[in-house]
Amino acid sequence: MDFAVELILVFVLLTDMTLLGTGRLATSIWLSAVQGMALGVLPLLVAEHEITLRLVVFAAVVFTLKGIVFPRLLSRAARMADVKHEVEPIVGYSASILIGLVIVILSAWVGAAFPLPIAHLPVSPVLLPTALATILSGLFLIVSRRTALTQVVGYLVLENGIYILGAALAQEEPFLVEMGVLLDVFVAVFVMGIAIFHISREFDHIDVDQLTSLKD
Amino acid sequence: MDLATIVPPLLALVLSPLLVGIIFRTKAIFAGRNGPPLAQIYYDLRKLMAKGAVYSDVTTWIFRAGPIVSLASLILAAFVVPFATCAAPFHFQGDLVWFAYLLAVSRFISVLAALDTGSAFEGMGASRDVLFSALSEPAMLLGLAAVARQANGATEAELNLSLTGIHQAIAAAEWGGSWLVFVLVAVALFVVFLAENARIPIDDPDTHLELTMIHEVMSLDHGGPDLGLIVYASALRLWVFGAVIVDVVLPISTGYVLLDVLWSVAALFLLAVIVGVIESVMARLRMLRVPQLLVGATTLSGVALVLEYGGRLWISPSN
Repeated sequence: MDFAVELILVFVLLTDMTLLGTGRLATSIWLSAVQGMALGVLPLLVAEHEITLRLVVFAAVVFTLKGIVFPRLLSRAARMADVKHEVEPIVGYSASILIGLVIVILSAWVGAAFPLPIAHLPVSPVLLPTALATILSGLFLIVSRRTALTQVVGYLVLENGIYILGAALAQEEPFLVEMGVLLDVFVAVFVMGIAIFHISREFDHIDVDQLTSLKD
Repeated sequence: MDLATIVPPLLALVLSPLLVGIIFRTKAIFAGRNGPPLAQIYYDLRKLMAKGAVYSDVTTWIFRAGPIVSLASLILAAFVVPFATCAAPFHFQGDLVWFAYLLAVSRFISVLAALDTGSAFEGMGASRDVLFSALSEPAMLLGLAAVARQANGATEAELNLSLTGIHQAIAAAEWGGSWLVFVLVAVALFVVFLAENARIPIDDPDTHLELTMIHEVMSLDHGGPDLGLIVYASALRLWVFGAVIVDVVLPISTGYVLLDVLWSVAALFLLAVIVGVIESVMARLRMLRVPQLLVGATTLSGVALVLEYGGRLWISPSN
């Protein structure tokens, strides 16, 4: 069980790094989908006691939303806006990967320095660093990329990071809260997809940098 | 020094051209050809060694020293790499850095020899070669550091910082929960292996266009025995670096020395087949994308190192 959890966590870490290094929108969306699917399985593996119906339903909902619905919405938005590639990012791809490495080191340090107050729960040592690294690389994607779509992907990655933290506490956390968060994210991605479509229809591009120079 | 430890370096010196033959054969099979015989490189070497050399008037002794020093440093490197379960003939604390920089010396001197000719193409190739090796060096050293850390955590006895020590500690230990680290480092080192040996995603060894060459262009002005030394050195580099991947990162110990040696040789041949398959199924990356790949390999190594440290730092207080 521990093997599987660590495998998934390291996989998530590596998808973060790949996301930082890729410029093709289709690849970004696909990577976020794979990451979401891997995370959907996570609560089933973290569960120490028994796999309850509640957990299975939760995992199924997460899997479908993060792994299937969000990527569908995003690729639809990409198709409608007719963008295939990130425009020149603010930080280059190689530099982004290196910053990703710095983020990982920082997260490992923070994860070791501030252990979670759940000593009674057996949690993989990689969990907190992975969660922090995912949150931070999501944030970094949002601030360093120009295309609105990649920023939405960054937002999803950020949410995935928060979700990993939640998955560790799946037994403790009320079901409703997690579901509420998922619903919020769902609505957010839905609205962003529509917004991207409208932006691209009005301005023929989804480069957010140029939006600041709008005049009426 | 045990005389039997001389066997693995000798094996490397004798068998390494075969690796190149295997790569050629794999590519030929993929292309639907019969391909040259496996031992073709040996024939080529004999032919080249029998030839005379022509030297340009503008070159100095550096140009002539290039192939010799390059090969010599690789032979030295072959003597610190453990093979199968045998210890290397020479091992000392920190010889992994010595190994890394022997490879770097070999590259450095061939770059100098290339620059010595004053040819624009060779200068361009040298510049690219140096750039890529500079980028692949952190990947290799961070990866070896992660493995060294793992090996020392496993024994807890005394600090082992030689390739042989790491190899023995890892071969003796259970794989346990650390397999992730090994897989990450193995992938990172494999990318470095491709970069060091100028194989396909980074460089195309079969290209005929000087503008796109990286490593091959540096030997354009060498001929006869010098070229033979370069060809032989590149085969030896394949073997030595492959042996590090196979024996330091993924060692298998069965308890029988002969079986272990056979296994390691087979694993190296398998590595050559993998290289051949990669060369057959994918094209070279665009020059601009290569640094990204190497930085990616560095990240893999870095993540492995962080896992190694982060995991331990975390576990120790609770235990």
